[in-house]
Order: sequence, then C-alpha cells, then structure tokens
Amino acid sequence: MRELIRKLTETYGPSGAEEEIRAVIRAEVEPLADEVRVDPLGSLVAHKQAGDPSASKRIMLAAHMDEIGVMVTYVDEQGFARFTNIGGVRTLNCVGGRVAFADGTLGVIGVEQKRDKADRIPQMAQLYIDVGATGRDDCPVQVGDAAVFVRPFAAQGTRLVAKAMDDRIGCAVLIETLRRLERTPHDVYFTFTVQEEVGLRGARTSAYGIDPDMAIAIDITATGDTPESKHMAVELGQGPAVKVQDRGMIAHVAVRGLLVQRAQEARIPYQLEVLEFGTTDAAAMQLVRAGVPAGCVSIPCRYFHSPSEMVDEGDVENGVRLLLEVLQRA
Amino acid sequence: MILKALSEAVGVSGDEGDVRAVVLDAVREHVDEVRVDTMGNVLAFKRGTGRRNTSGRNRLRVMVSAHIDEIGLMVVGHDSDGFLQVRAVGGIDPRLLPGTLFQVGPQRIPGVCGVKPIHLVKQGDLEKVAQIEDLVVDVGAKDKDEAKKLAPIGTYATFTTQFRELGPTVSGKAFDDRAGCAVLVELLRGERFRFDLHAAFTVQEEVGLRGAGVAAYAIEPDCAFALEGTIADDIPKDKDVSPTTQLGHGPAITVMDRSVISDRRLLRLLTGTADELSIPYQFKQPGIGGTDAGAIHRTRGGVPSVTVAVPARYIHSPVALLSLEDFENTMRLMRESLARLTRRTLKVSD
Repeated sequence: MRELIRKLTETYGPSGAEEEIRAVIRAEVEPLADEVRVDPLGSLVAHKQAGDPSASKRIMLAAHMDEIGVMVTYVDEQGFARFTNIGGVRTLNCVGGRVAFADGTLGVIGVEQKRDKADRIPQMAQLYIDVGATGRDDCPVQVGDAAVFVRPFAAQGTRLVAKAMDDRIGCAVLIETLRRLERTPHDVYFTFTVQEEVGLRGARTSAYGIDPDMAIAIDITATGDTPESKHMAVELGQGPAVKVQDRGMIAHVAVRGLLVQRAQEARIPYQLEVLEFGTTDAAAMQLVRAGVPAGCVSIPCRYFHSPSEMVDEGDVENGVRLLLEVLQRA
Repeated sequence: MILKALSEAVGVSGDEGDVRAVVLDAVREHVDEVRVDTMGNVLAFKRGTGRRNTSGRNRLRVMVSAHIDEIGLMVVGHDSDGFLQVRAVGGIDPRLLPGTLFQVGPQRIPGVCGVKPIHLVKQGDLEKVAQIEDLVVDVGAKDKDEAKKLAPIGTYATFTTQFRELGPTVSGKAFDDRAGCAVLVELLRGERFRFDLHAAFTVQEEVGLRGAGVAAYAIEPDCAFALEGTIADDIPKDKDVSPTTQLGHGPAITVMDRSVISDRRLLRLLTGTADELSIPYQFKQPGIGGTDAGAIHRTRGGVPSVTVAVPARYIHSPVALLSLEDFENTMRLMRESLARLTRRTLKVSD
C-alpha cells in the first residue's frame, strides 16, 4: 500500500483542478469496479454492485481527492506572484516552502522583509511566490494558476509522512478496500470527491446524484498526542477513529454504532473521535435531499494542512479492515 | 441603450418589481416562454436550433444568469423628530452615505442621508466614520407620525443616480449587476443557439445568492454562466498590488472566488474563443467576492459553472463607471463562446 500512498500523495490536485489525481485514481479503480463515472462537478464514482440486489442498501463512501494549495492573484512588475489560499492554508507553514504548478513550474515562497510586527506570523498578502522570473513578461505563471506544496513521501518505521495525506490517505483506504472486497450484499459507491477543502462542494452534489441509504466519509482527523497540543483524545497508532461529532456534523448514532460494533466483533482497534474544529464530507452528505444517515471513519493525522502530514500505517490498515467488515455483511 | 433603463430602474434585494418589469418588456418578444417564479426570478426560455434526439439525447440545457437586485437601505425605525432609521441591504460602505440622495419607497420620495455641516464638525470627528446605526435619512417629515406614514418600517431606499455617457465610459448606479442583465438581454435578443438557452434574471443575490439556487433547481441545466458587473480597483496605489480587474482590459473571467471554483472546461471554452477571435479578456483576482455561480453549481447533482463580468469602478456606491468597449467585448465573448458550446465541451478528458 505504501507505493499507492506515495503515488497518491505526490500527485498534483488542488481543489478545482483534480484531473491529474482523478486519472491516477481512475487507473487504480477501473479494473476493480463494475462501473466508473465522473459526475458533473468532477468527482469520480466507482460502483461495486451488490451480490444480492434484492437485499442491498446503497452505501456511499467518500474520500476527497483535492488538496489545499495556492492560487496566483497577481504578477507584479518584477515577476513575483502574489497568491491566495485554496482551502485552509496557514501562512506559518508557507515561508521558505516550495510549490509546484500544474506544468511543473516550481516556486519558492518568500515574505516581505519590510513589514510591521516582523516577529508575528505574516499575513498572506505579505507573501509572494518566486518562480525565478525577472519580470512580468518572462513569468511562467499567470493569474488563476494553482499550485500545491512540494514534499516527497517518506516512511519511517510505521509512520508515513507526505503532503496531502489529507485526504489521499482516505483515497488509498477506499482503493485498497475496493481491491480486497470480493463480495458485498450492498450497492457500494466508492466516491472520490472534488472541492472538499473549499466547502465540501463535491460531496454534496455527488450524494445528490447517488441518493444513498447511508454515507460514510473517510478523512483524516487531528490528534492530541504532540507536545503541548490542544486536548483531544485521539492518538496516532491507536486505530482508526469513529467520528462522534465535529463542528459540521453529529454522526448518525446508528452509523456510529455500526462502525463500533463491527470493530469490536472483528477485534479491530478503534478510537472515538470528538473534533472541536473542522468537518468532513459527511457533513454535506448528511443534509442532501431528505437527509442521509452519515458517519465518518477518520485516520489520525499530525500536522494536517502542513506539507508534512503524518499518519500511522497501522491505522490505515485497520481503517481498511473496518470498512471491509461493514461492507461484507448485510 | 438597455443598460440605461436597467441602471435607473429600482430593485433593492427583495423588492425587484420595477427592474423585473423592465426585463420582461425587453425580452418578451425575443423568447419562446417567460415566467416569474415564486421568488421573483424572471426565467426566460429560448429554444435551440439543434435537433432533438440526435443520438438519442435532448438538446443541451444552458443556464445564463444575471441578478436583477441591487444594494440599498431599509427603513427599520423612526425617531421622534421624523427621521428614518435605516439598515443596509447587501454590502454598503457607511463612508458613502452622509449627504447622499435617496429615493424612498414605491412613490420614490426624495430623501437625504443627514450630515452635519462642516462648520459644526468637531476636530476629532473628521477622522471617524459614522456607522449606519448612527445615520438617518431625512424625507422632510415634520414628526414621527408623518415619517411613519411616508415610509413605514420595511420601506426600501436606493440611490437616485442618473445614467450618463462620459465619452468611452458610462456612469450610473447598480452596474452590479445591471451590466450583466444588459448582456443577458442582448444575448436573448440575438440569434438562437443550438442548445436550449435558459436565461435567469435572479433576485436577492446581494443578500446571499438566494434567487439563483432555486432558479437552477427548476432549470436543471447541464452547465451555467453567471454574468456580473465586478470590481475594478485600478485607481492609483502606492504599492504594486492587484487591481482586481482593470477597466478597458476586456471581460473579467472568474477562476475562483469565495463561492465557486469555475469549471475548467468552461474556462477553456472562454479563453479559447477569446484567443481565436482576439477578444481581450482578463482573469479577476482570485479569492474575492462571490456570485450566483456559487449557488448554481451546488444545485442537485452539480452544475459546471463559470462567471464572466463587465469590470466596473466604484460598485456598491452611488455611482459606478464602466467602459463601453468592455461591455461590447463581454457580449461578444459570451455570444461567440456560446456559439461554440457543445456536448463535447463538457466531455471529461481523462
């Protein structure tokens, strides 16, 4: 699975420009699914048909394939590009970082030296991307071009580090689950959604199209296990987290109960998650049409929305096992 | 010029009847069907020339929207001396209000936002900006009862600006989004397209994209274009930063704003058409503002959407200014791009 995670995390795919990552995922799922389609906003839906159509439920599993990034807002006379955030980019993680555009153009993020309160975290308007241009005319990027952070995948012990673990690790879990899922009594829609980082936009419209009986998001969540971290009873390596609630959703009690029950029955380690900020695609799927019972399986992740997001390989493996337990039984 | 009639019509969010009437008059003879929905959106339908059921499919359904509402004020109370207490409807900069003329209510009663004469202003007060809660509109009422009769609670007020031609540019109120409305009217007055054109003149954009969502739900389009009048912040600055858009640089295409990331296939259609025909265009500074496309693209199973705008200086103020050349080029870019729009445009390439 490491090679898959490397491939997924190192691929370009900021919100709104998911073509490249979608092609990578499509190549993985096409041989495994009964039908694969791209919906109007660009989400990829891989459908695994029910073994027994009469008894089946429609289950939607969603992992978002977009990642946070930056977009050029202006190129100045010297050829420096100003930018805005795509999703939750923190300036603390930007300075000195490198970004890559769709065509491979590399940029370095610099910060204005003459600024008030230079000891404080800079504003995004005080940062710029240096692509090595000498002026506006030879600048290879233009207003509207999007870039993602550059950082190679690395594995050390059981810890995996990369950019865009949020939520390519969820994509990896879905792909691996689909690969190992031989038979299911349900109609399962493995959905790789677009534009989660800018407001859960793809999951909402995909869920409308699929009209599921139950929806589960697979995304990362924060942890409370680093020095002086905020309180949170989730740790790396203690198993996938079954979401109780976050700022956008209270998980449907039956979905949460099902996930806990299946984990206990199969002796899969799991944690319960209460996240006090942020939310996932499940929040959007829950409120589609007349409402959908929704829940979320989270992969604990340190340093999320930084270029070095860290997860534990065991949590990933156990996330796959938990989903298989849910899907294989009626 | 239809832009003049549209600009001078009154239509603060939630009270768009006057501008709706102008739109209905302007398009009725040029469309196959037109109706007003429950929210007050004007939905006009112009059948396409493409054959139905070629390869078993219906014609493409294309939605083009422009919002008919504008920002303004609403009366929320009356003080004992007969002045009107007001609040903003949509985004209004309170610095622009004192001394500004308003037309109040359906009778268009003239009113002035009260301001203290400069002779009486204390030294320190010049640096302060009066907030809307501290301002009043004066309609000349002699007391509270008369004020209540002239302008009961809930009465709307808007700017009184006349449309003017200033050489190659024009000035007037509400170019956000009557400029977009004018482009849409002109599209409806032109030749039919191959696809079915569903025009939506939407209400209540300025208070949260409210009309466009229900319009898109009803239309169920295959893709959508939102037409706008957008920010041009190209007045001189002391730092080399983005002007958002610039007057005279052509239609402004949105790549990303707070409400939507434009569909890349539609972006390619627009820029490809512009490059082919040498129509100037610019990309609006990403990350700023929101448009009806934000509501439209989230409707039902999702609608690929893009926003195209006429740049205008000083929008959301009593008087905005736009270039007629930009206006013409926006019309041309839309017409030519739509003429090139087929199912193939929306095909997924990977």
